[in-house]
Amino acid sequence: MARSDVQLMLEVKAGDEASFELLLRKYRTPLVNFLYRIVRDQGTAEDLAQEVFLRVYRARLEYAPSAKFTTWMFRIATNLALNALRDGRHRQQEISMDQQAVHSDEAASPWEVADRRPGVEHELIQRDRAVFIRRAIAQLPEKQRAAVLLHKYQELDYDEIARILECSESALKSLLFRAYESLRVQLAPLVGQSAAVGETGELGR
Amino acid sequence: MNCTKIDSKWIVYFDGKASPSERREVEAHLASCSACRRRAEEYRAMWDLLDELPQILPSPSFDAAVRARAAAEARRGRWAWLVPSPRLAFAMSMLLVLSVWIASRPVAPNPATTSSAAAELNGEADFRMINDLQVLENYDVVSNFDALSDLPAQSGGASQPSAQPPSDM
Repeated sequence: MARSDVQLMLEVKAGDEASFELLLRKYRTPLVNFLYRIVRDQGTAEDLAQEVFLRVYRARLEYAPSAKFTTWMFRIATNLALNALRDGRHRQQEISMDQQAVHSDEAASPWEVADRRPGVEHELIQRDRAVFIRRAIAQLPEKQRAAVLLHKYQELDYDEIARILECSESALKSLLFRAYESLRVQLAPLVGQSAAVGETGELGR
Repeated sequence: MNCTKIDSKWIVYFDGKASPSERREVEAHLASCSACRRRAEEYRAMWDLLDELPQILPSPSFDAAVRARAAAEARRGRWAWLVPSPRLAFAMSMLLVLSVWIASRPVAPNPATTSSAAAELNGEADFRMINDLQVLENYDVVSNFDALSDLPAQSGGASQPSAQPPSDM
């Protein structure tokens, strides 16, 4: 039977390095994605994600499970990300976004459309859309952005997100409502576009 | 119920976490309000669009980097009891340097000593004398100062206050 995160962390506390490896493997991708969608630079996101794991490891001897492991981990991550934004590091590196190679779907600049073969065009459109969606999320105020990412992509409960963002549950729901209202308006052009290129399924229900 | 009222129930409703009464309220309103119905359609479309956001993968060196940083932490930890914090270590070393420097400084002249001999017989006095060369050059003036006749002859090393016989300089 799979051990819970808390159990794993208690084993790390007891000196079990393998349990730390399991936590690392489980959360590295969600963490890197969460951080990337806030700071918008993969290098910074990875650096911050490493820092999160380091802090988790550092705190292992004092670890006492008073909250869910993800609450604790994402609170560290959110604080690091918001601090990084305030430090302005992400601004210097935004230009490198277009140079992101292997691991990002935004590898090419959206307007590099020299190759117009059918499959490629579809791929480019998909890439454009991803960039568009990322930018819409990036335009949200920081706290709304973090709330959406934790709600939509990490699928955390309201009380957990509220604890991570250090606000009440009702404040959190209000944050989410405002954020999704913004996104609804921002992403409206894409809704029309997806119907036009004949994508089925999503809008049909 | 007007449009802004279901705003507060919007998120829980679309998350499927509304209470039965909340659900009834929202659905009743949607049935009667075309603007909110349109808004609901757009919300669902936006929700699906957000799913299109691709995931990125951590770089291949990610795990190794975390392990390296954790290992470095563990190594530093062995010496942590000696050096509780870098700031404290710095402060302590500065204090040490300061104490050594203070201890190595020559004793300053103290007017409370019984004789001014000890005060004069040190490097600082010599230095001050060099500074006062202009005065010394006016030897005739200086040699006629009565007070100076009470001063002992200059010689190196004597640390004991002793009543030395006055001598002409």
